Amino acid sequence: MRIYMSIVWIALALQSSNVFAERLLMKNATLMTMGAEGTLEGADLLIEDGEIRAMGIDLQATADTVIDVAGATVTPTLFAGATAIGLVEVNAVKESVDSSLNNSPLGKVHIEFDVRDAYSPHSSLVGITRVEGYGYSLLMANGAEYSVSGIGSLVELDGRFDSFSGNDTLFIDVDGYSSGKVGGSRAAHWMLLEGMMSDLDRRPDSQEYLTQAGRKQLKELRSEGVFVFAANRAADIKQVINFTEKHRLSSVVIGAREAWMLASQLADSGIAVMVNGLDNLPADFDSLGSRLDNAAILNDTGVTVMFTSGGTHNARKVRQGAGTAVAYGMNYMSALRAMTVVPSQIFGGRDRAIKVGNSTDLVVWSGDPLEITSHATAVIMAGQVTSMETRQSKLLERYLPEKPSLGRAYINR
Amino acid sequence: MTYLSPFVALASASIATLAIASTPFPSTYAAPDHAPVIITNATILTGTGSRLDDASIFFANGKIVSVGEEPTALPADTTLIDARGAWVTPGIIDVHSHLGVYPSPGVDAHSDGNEATAPVTAEVWAEHSVWPQDPGFGRALAGGITALQILPGSANLFGGRGVTLKNVASVSYQGMKFPNAPYGLKMACGENPKRVYGRKGSGPSTRMGNIAGYRNAWIKAVEYRDAHEQFEALSDEKRGETEKPKRDLELETLAGVLNGDIIVHMHCYRADEMMTILDLAKEFNYKVGTFHHGIEAYKIASELAENDVCGALWADWWGFKMEAYDGIQENIALVDRPKGSCAIVHSDSDEGIQRLNQEAAKAMARGLKAGLEITPERAIQWITSNAAKSLGIEDQTGSLQSGLMADIVVWSGNPFSVYAKATNVFIDGVERFDRLDPSKQPVSDFELGQLMEIER
Repeated sequence: MRIYMSIVWIALALQSSNVFAERLLMKNATLMTMGAEGTLEGADLLIEDGEIRAMGIDLQATADTVIDVAGATVTPTLFAGATAIGLVEVNAVKESVDSSLNNSPLGKVHIEFDVRDAYSPHSSLVGITRVEGYGYSLLMANGAEYSVSGIGSLVELDGRFDSFSGNDTLFIDVDGYSSGKVGGSRAAHWMLLEGMMSDLDRRPDSQEYLTQAGRKQLKELRSEGVFVFAANRAADIKQVINFTEKHRLSSVVIGAREAWMLASQLADSGIAVMVNGLDNLPADFDSLGSRLDNAAILNDTGVTVMFTSGGTHNARKVRQGAGTAVAYGMNYMSALRAMTVVPSQIFGGRDRAIKVGNSTDLVVWSGDPLEITSHATAVIMAGQVTSMETRQSKLLERYLPEKPSLGRAYINR
Repeated sequence: MTYLSPFVALASASIATLAIASTPFPSTYAAPDHAPVIITNATILTGTGSRLDDASIFFANGKIVSVGEEPTALPADTTLIDARGAWVTPGIIDVHSHLGVYPSPGVDAHSDGNEATAPVTAEVWAEHSVWPQDPGFGRALAGGITALQILPGSANLFGGRGVTLKNVASVSYQGMKFPNAPYGLKMACGENPKRVYGRKGSGPSTRMGNIAGYRNAWIKAVEYRDAHEQFEALSDEKRGETEKPKRDLELETLAGVLNGDIIVHMHCYRADEMMTILDLAKEFNYKVGTFHHGIEAYKIASELAENDVCGALWADWWGFKMEAYDGIQENIALVDRPKGSCAIVHSDSDEGIQRLNQEAAKAMARGLKAGLEITPERAIQWITSNAAKSLGIEDQTGSLQSGLMADIVVWSGNPFSVYAKATNVFIDGVERFDRLDPSKQPVSDFELGQLMEIER
């Protein structure tokens, strides 16, 4: 019965919001603001033109849409991790994959390769991820020919063409797995990266590694961008710290399975990490020290922690990793901040905390947002209650009835 | 599991004699002695569909003695575990693992899971690739895994034999091998075989090529079985003057399936392909035990139940290839719905096997959200008794019933939660894992002494 109730509920909400809902009043929420106000019980929230105008107990306001969430937990929308959402439809269908640059014709490093130019907001993955409570992701370039994979940035999962935000972000591999791409030694990653930085100070006609466009791009990145280094081994993370300090970069380590060994140094250098909370195997010689309390140790030491799942289609699984990090000692509120507001801060996006004056996207939860048996019951973006229908929910509708009268092909709403 | 008609059962008797006389690579596993154990005040999910609150379970000599009722008298050396607030389930069973054959670290030298050199390699046995020092076994134990089937990969139409192991640390796979568990035969549908062998040029390169490949192999297997049966049926005198049919490893395994001794585990994603395979099985009179992955199994849930075929599925994987495009999170719940169903949550992953309880929890939650009534006592069967049925060991383990193996997990709380942890894991009554006692946490040879130079 539950599905019918929730579908009716959403349909009603949509009906009223289809007429452009200027004012939306949410009543009786447990607001986990992820900001200075902390958690507010039994709170009301007024959103006008996408912006939070008021919040508090028993708000007196008129609104086009009123939703009573009956005490449900409400958070900002979640961060889906570093993904290729909108850059891939089916991994094994190569013409539907646009997340990496291979066979580059020029033999140079293409800093300027920007995956945002391939982003499609109409990919089924956008909605499939959003209905699970995820409002934004880090659009990632990966797996190019050299150490540098290219540029991406934050993207809102709102189904719009130009929903990019935050700073340009450069993705760089420096691990052992990728060393084959630069001649067999990970030392060559650093040779290449130092060479690129040197190119910035050379005359354009004497550049060794970069294209003209790449040089311009790297200059901008150095001053305003974020550098994301894929590394797991402590020794490689140490190199990231050195490189970051030498060139005064804003850096993030992704993977970071052995980061716990360098927690203090990462904290001192202001380098954030993005981990998979489920990693704990010595998957290779780069991750012999992989452990489930990695996030807990880093967070306790003052390192900024974020989560990713390593996947794109199943990016929705990142919530399970965060919950697991909590099960293995990470502070609960830190984990929830890592899943909501922190990535936006690190990658130069807007303040996503629930507070007056912010344009905040919201999720209404059936229970604890980090518990695997909970689900998002509604996702509100830019002040609008969004559709919870996806290609997958339509498949469910088609196959849920036990005896379809005319065949399932006719269940086609 | 009832497999085959009386006719085939008769036929199997003769070959079984042959097989037993030459059972190679036998199990050397024997559980050590243990003191009797009683776990009290627990919430017990029996794996038979029941939930018992504030209940106890007593086991001794490797076997479950009583569940629910506390025995009136306990042996003097009984260990008492007061499990107030804790939950107890049968040992978790994963029907689809590549631990040992694709171990950690995943270096090329360890890539032993798929003999991808010919579309039919029914002659290979996964156990011969199992590296018992895979650290993944110990990690899985910490997640409550007490038994698991190691399968070859899915590049081939017939990938070879799978082996069922007890999750006990050993220097040999023989020391882990589940005594007397039937062998599995890995088969694969769809994209993988046609992609791998289409590229090699040998074929198959199409789905119709796949089906022709299976049929040609089964035709040979039937001839092989018949030739051996006819030879065995000869009088002693005649047998002496007749040339014995040659032994063939590939056909021996396929004949084992035809005889009902070996269970078919078939990697198959699409609903239409699974329906084709059910007809193929009828053509050659064998039984498909379990469809693995079955991304579209929800589209044919009734047909699976009617054919007494299990579906071993993921909670939420989808989209990584075209045949995985229609994956939905309600798949397991929908496959579970018909009467006589056999839904299983499997991992196919060294990460997923560490938390099959959570994978089942996600699948249960999606079923509830869709309006299907699923209790924890039902969902636990997806990773215990139904898995045991799939492996043909349900008369020995997979549920908490007196007389069965004392394969038992104590959980810190409701196992259908991201926060729950297995605290104690018993295999044949022996405590193989205790979360609070490092002396009861196995460490593989590979991990021993690593990272000794870390500054502390």
